[in-house]
Amino acid sequence: MMVGSAPATKFEILTKELASKIDTIITNNENDSSKLVGILLEIQDIIPKQYIPMEVAAYVSEKMDIHLSRVYDVISFYAALSASPRAEYVVQMCDSVVCKVTGNNSLKDALQEYIGAGVNEVSADGKFALEYTPCFGACDIAPAIRVNGKVYGNLTSNDKIKAVLDRCK
Amino acid sequence: MEKTVSFITQNFGKYDPTSIDSYLDIGGFSGLKKALGMSSDGIIELVRSTGMKGRGGAAYDTGRKWSQAASVKGDKKVVICNADEGEPCTFKDRAIMENDPFALIEGILIAGYTVGAQDGYIYIREEYRHLQKIVSAAVKQAKDRGYLGQNILGTGFNFEIHMYSGAGAYVCGEGSTLIESIEGKSGRPRIKPPFIKECGLFQRPTLVNNVETLVVATMVLTHGVEGYVCHGTERSIGTKLISLAGNVNKPGSYEIPFGLTLREIIYDIGGGIPQGHELQFFQLGGASGSIGSASLVDTPYTYEDLSKVGLTVGSGGILVVDDRTRVIDFVQSIQDFFIHESCGKCTPCREGNRQIDKIIGRFVVGAPRPDDLQTAERFANIMSNCAFCGLGETAQSVLLSAIRQFPEAFEVQGR
Ligand SMILES: Cc1cc2nc3c(=O)[nH]c(=O)nc-3n(C[C@H](O)[C@H](O)[C@H](O)COP(=O)(O)O)c2cc1C
Ligand code: SF4
Ligand code: FES
Repeated sequence: MMVGSAPATKFEILTKELASKIDTIITNNENDSSKLVGILLEIQDIIPKQYIPMEVAAYVSEKMDIHLSRVYDVISFYAALSASPRAEYVVQMCDSVVCKVTGNNSLKDALQEYIGAGVNEVSADGKFALEYTPCFGACDIAPAIRVNGKVYGNLTSNDKIKAVLDRCK
Repeated sequence: MEKTVSFITQNFGKYDPTSIDSYLDIGGFSGLKKALGMSSDGIIELVRSTGMKGRGGAAYDTGRKWSQAASVKGDKKVVICNADEGEPCTFKDRAIMENDPFALIEGILIAGYTVGAQDGYIYIREEYRHLQKIVSAAVKQAKDRGYLGQNILGTGFNFEIHMYSGAGAYVCGEGSTLIESIEGKSGRPRIKPPFIKECGLFQRPTLVNNVETLVVATMVLTHGVEGYVCHGTERSIGTKLISLAGNVNKPGSYEIPFGLTLREIIYDIGGGIPQGHELQFFQLGGASGSIGSASLVDTPYTYEDLSKVGLTVGSGGILVVDDRTRVIDFVQSIQDFFIHESCGKCTPCREGNRQIDKIIGRFVVGAPRPDDLQTAERFANIMSNCAFCGLGETAQSVLLSAIRQFPEAFEVQGR
């Protein structure tokens, strides 16, 4: 990988400040390799655009003495971890059956129009990423979405959808 | 007439889930106290007498599982609480953790004491981040008050609880995969043997139980078995938490006695189908469960009656679907889910799901090839028989039950 050979960009994201926050997260988790999944989730939370950049993965690998390939195995396996930049607000639309039978199709249309991006795309201003996601256990208030992890349900009208997204503006 | 009951859920709304004092005020931890005064065999006997089956989906006899876990040799045993709840149309464990996190902690302690474990792990899915906070806070309070740690309540029993988060992978609900995930790895199931009861998390003997299973144990220890066994039928004793959703007027998580009919559940508890639509079918037990057509609506919700008509209790999910959804589109949606969630370790599931998806896609647009139905069915049967783990084994329940009950959905349109 390019980590070592691209020193010019190496500290673009991994600032001293971020590195020290990552250190704290690792220390709080006792530098325990069994906590790798949780550590990566915590780190992703504090990185703008909610992903694990390559230099961060390399940094964690070195700090925790876990092979980089294992760090990437974990990042690529789990849907909640992303190796590529997302956005300030990640809007996840459930596409599992309960949301489907309760009308998530019109929800999808409304979201795309409002955000100005299709599914698996990022809006032009980099503010919103729209993603499909499997059931997140909010089926009693289907159709539902998650915005940065927070659940909003019963989104059966354009007004309700707009109200949720307006809060992010 | 009120059809729901309240045994497992009896603490809901009675105390403040953020405060151990308020839990103690309603008699919290008296089940644990009782358990600590009993022998392991005594507790197992009590659990056995409820006849209860595990609530994670596989319906394994809980008394039997605990007795096996207790008899395994080893002094560093582990109890894992499976709070991954990834099955679509399942949110009853969420209701428990939101309303009664301390009863869950108490259940883990009781299980740990019974089987001789020193460590408990709670694995909560990433999608339930807000619950991770609630449960972590409860664990911390329990520790501060001496319900966790060394020499609990002066009995010499030592026990710790550790919190782990999932990261968006349905397959991690499978016991050995969950263990891989807690060990900090990607989620791919382990080969058996060795069985996790003998060699599981960090190579230690491991008991895995669902959230609801553990809370039933707490309630039975606290309040005695009578309040539980007075419900249900002869062979499906007690009560069950269901997650009712889809095209019903009052979706939600409800506690019911076994033996209500699906009609009572959908119409009396769920308030029927919205806007005058007709019931078309229902799916029981989440995405991995079979569907049943409306003609089966008078089937009692018990293990034995459901199994007679090819259905299962599974995770307790009850998804109601009315006439607005085409059966074939429903099958495709389920198929999409399993393609997304297959871990890719074994060929029958990794490739089978894809090939079946292509065929279903042709049915969806009304242009199947002549042998498509037979091929899909054959692949589905291969998956059920040869997949490496439960995910691949059950992924085709919907397709196979749809072919049986809605053959017209697989006919070439306009012929
Ligand atoms: C693919 C797959 C996913 C599963 N997901 C869950 C789950 O989210 N929660 C759960 O409790 N059990 C789940 N199970 C069942 C568990 O493997 C296990 O049987 C259960 O947690 C045991 O607890 P119980 O005996 O109390 O039911 C899953 C099984 C498979 C094969
Ligand atoms: S059945 Fe599917 S999920 Fe299970 S091991 Fe095989 S590929 Fe992975
Ligand atoms: S199916 Fe959409 S939240 Fe469960």
